[in-house]
Amino acid sequence: MDFTYNETQGMIRDTLARFLADTYDFDTRQKMIATDAGRDPGIWNALANELGLLGAAFDEEHGGLGGGALENALLMEEFGKVIAIEPYLQTVVIGGGALKAVGGAQAAAHIPGIISGETIIAFAYAEPQGRYDLANIRTTAKADGSGYILNGHKGVVYCAPWATHLLVTARTGGSTRERNGVELFLIDANLPGITRRDYPTVDGNRASEVYFENVAIPGDALLAGGMDLIDRVVDEATVAVCAEATGVMAKLHEGTLDYSKQRQQFGQPIARFQVLQHRMVDMFMEVEQAKSMTTYATLHLDKPAHERMAAVSQCKAKVSRGAKFVGQNAIQTHGGIGITQELAIGHYFKRATLIEGQFGSADYHYDRFERLVIDEAA
Amino acid sequence: MDMEFTVEDLAFRDEVRAFIAENYPQELRGKQDEGDELGKEDFLAWHRILHKKGWVAPAWPVEYGGTGWSPTQRYIWSEETARADCIRLMPFGLSMVGPVIYTFGTPEQKAKFLPRILSGEDWWCQGYSEPGSGSDLASLRTKAVRDGDHYVVNGQKTWTTMAQHADWGFFLVRTDSDAKQQEGISFLLVDMKTPGITVRPIITLGGEHEVNEVWLEDVRVPVENRVYEENKGWTCAKFLLAHERTGIAGVAASKRGIERIKDIARSEQDGDRPLLANPFFKRKVAELQTDLTALEFTELRSLAGEAAGRGPGPESSLLKIKGSEIQQRITELALEAVGHYGAPYFRGFGEGDNEHPIGPDYAHRTAPSYFNMRKTTIYGGSNEIQHNIIAKMVLGL
Ligand SMILES: Cc1cc2nc3c(=O)[nH]c(=O)nc-3n(C[C@H](O)[C@H](O)[C@H](O)COP(=O)(O)OP(=O)(O)OC[C@H]3O[C@@H](n4cnc5c(N)ncnc54)[C@H](O)[C@@H]3O)c2cc1C
Ligand SMILES: Cc1cc2nc3c(=O)[nH]c(=O)nc-3n(C[C@H](O)[C@H](O)[C@H](O)COP(=O)(O)OP(=O)(O)OC[C@H]3O[C@@H](n4cnc5c(N)ncnc54)[C@H](O)[C@@H]3O)c2cc1C
Repeated sequence: MDFTYNETQGMIRDTLARFLADTYDFDTRQKMIATDAGRDPGIWNALANELGLLGAAFDEEHGGLGGGALENALLMEEFGKVIAIEPYLQTVVIGGGALKAVGGAQAAAHIPGIISGETIIAFAYAEPQGRYDLANIRTTAKADGSGYILNGHKGVVYCAPWATHLLVTARTGGSTRERNGVELFLIDANLPGITRRDYPTVDGNRASEVYFENVAIPGDALLAGGMDLIDRVVDEATVAVCAEATGVMAKLHEGTLDYSKQRQQFGQPIARFQVLQHRMVDMFMEVEQAKSMTTYATLHLDKPAHERMAAVSQCKAKVSRGAKFVGQNAIQTHGGIGITQELAIGHYFKRATLIEGQFGSADYHYDRFERLVIDEAA
Repeated sequence: MDMEFTVEDLAFRDEVRAFIAENYPQELRGKQDEGDELGKEDFLAWHRILHKKGWVAPAWPVEYGGTGWSPTQRYIWSEETARADCIRLMPFGLSMVGPVIYTFGTPEQKAKFLPRILSGEDWWCQGYSEPGSGSDLASLRTKAVRDGDHYVVNGQKTWTTMAQHADWGFFLVRTDSDAKQQEGISFLLVDMKTPGITVRPIITLGGEHEVNEVWLEDVRVPVENRVYEENKGWTCAKFLLAHERTGIAGVAASKRGIERIKDIARSEQDGDRPLLANPFFKRKVAELQTDLTALEFTELRSLAGEAAGRGPGPESSLLKIKGSEIQQRITELALEAVGHYGAPYFRGFGEGDNEHPIGPDYAHRTAPSYFNMRKTTIYGGSNEIQHNIIAKMVLGL
């Protein structure tokens, strides 16, 4: 057993950490968010071309560094530490993950663009009626000649305003909640018939409502694999978000610790009050357990689907709860200053809050775990 | 022991209901429920209606403009106004400085300020907290130095709620730096238009402008605007903190909040059923509602004690702790209920984008409300401080 990163992985992490330390301080982040575009494309370009990091999780045959889920996790953790708004999750983990899974000509066609930073992918999967059920889909892809015609509405599509491509889940058959008939399509984001309503999100990202009206897409847009593929891609994404959460939570904890040592009330640092000490210890324990669960789930991503899903659900449920606990207590321990826009801590709290529900809340994942493991054994 | 309303109570309830139905402004309906930011005019519109009716200050003694209602009637009043989602009036004049003035003020101060608090003519803010003095309020450093028949005030206050609208503020200032902390503080009424006062906004996590920094530079305050004796301001401050027992728990508003969550969860789909039929979600609502019942009956027992002549005591800390936790859990559950549609940030929409908010109407304020309500366990004496108070004053530790 060995839970350490190897030398290359350590180098990748340090490279990103150093780069973000130079380019992604809190004030700079806030300025990027406030621009019309909501991001600085130069950062993404530098990640791709100066640092070569966008290839970390891809095979060498596609021009990558030969890594995978571990590389994704360690990069996501670093992004979490600066609450980055880069489309790494959507483009590399999700888009890249789907392409790696299908391989062949489709992978060869798209992965180089991802690695070079030209391709940005947004994942259009959620629908207004669907909550976290990935198969609860009304968007249709009707066979039409050699291609398909897309119709439907996808909600809260993170990074869609920046995307060159959309990864869309749509129904080729079956009824709204049936697994059969759901497929994954990678399409050009600017095809005729696609409209968007863009908006900022409360955690500083950009997202869109995306509408498809008789959008003609080619046959090779289909990434074959159906719900099994989608489950797998989303599990990988879920673990990546948990890795991000460990970075966010570590910073919430660290920031709280620092503040409690500086802040004086009643003639002493508030860190001297035992009730706050114990709370910060509890936060520390949540951070450590989140890291453990993320490692646990990362190492299960290549297991058979049943085992993988059970591990991912345990991980996400635990991390969702932990993110809430750490976030709320970070604010509480800061007092009034914690609820202002000026301090970074509140922005970490906002991201932690949205992570709680991303790809399923604790309730959703406990339920999935129960169905996979407990009900089956009963 | 008896928990039933009398026939008179029921008649009173009907009267209140009818009054609200006929008089609550149409344009304000639903506004608070949706979590929209309320403007000064929104508060004042309802304030003036109540003032005209003579119902704006139910807790005040009749001689100063109160209603003379029994505690049960006041309870009914808060229930009914919350049920109809009436805007909760700002506490700074009506519940805070008003009672201080009629308890400790001079006849001149009463005559000058009380009618204008009742009418809504003066909007008040509370200048207690300072950057270095939050929980440890008695360490405050804003200084007032006597100069003839004025005090000259210098210092900085912070977290001053709605100071951007305020005509007057009540301030705690240090008038004796040599005395023991609590003994050198005075309670001043300050005209916010006095030269030397600067109000700067602090924007909170949901994007709201609720709180401010207030800077005071050589601000001249007439000595006649000091309430009670010089260096005895802490007595007023303590009175004020302990005074507002009714309402501190926010029971009526939380009842309304829970009903709203049920409404949301009836609209939200969870597969082939409404979210409210999801056993995990339903259980959380049941737990919340049960905790609220426990809080409500604790408050009623406390009110009954007050009616029997026992003054507000440290057990109000219990109401504050449990009440604020419930308020937070309501916003937490609302955010959970709306799923993905908690993410869009409506304040960030471009100028002139008058389109329908993203997602269902009830979703667009859930995340900002959740962020904003973290304040309830921090302000009004943080929940840690309330625990300390109970430990010391109730448990004798
Ligand atoms: C089943 C059992 C088997 C045991 N076996 C052995 C054995 O084989 N050999 C042996 O030597 N001992 C043994 N112990 C003793 C055990 O180590 C002590 O019970 C333990 O150290 C606690 O001491 P105490 O019981 O005197 O409680 P106390 O020290 O009096 O503590 C009482 C409470 O106060 C809390 N407290 C104390 N100090 C602080 C502080 N600074 N801050 C916050 N809270 C505090 C404690 O956490 C506890 O909740 C055993 C105990 C049990 C219950
Ligand atoms: C939205 C909002 C509105 C407000 N409106 C007003 C207003 O209108 N007027 C006004 O004067 N003030 C107002 N306040 C200020 C409020 O009263 C203070 O925020 C509060 O007293 C806490 O002080 P602080 O923020 O400095 O936190 P701190 O006192 O620095 O506390 C930081 C943390 O340490 C904990 N802590 C401190 N001392 C102890 C202790 N002895 N034991 C254990 N834990 C401790 C606290 O509980 C908290 O968790 C408002 C605050 C907010 C957030």
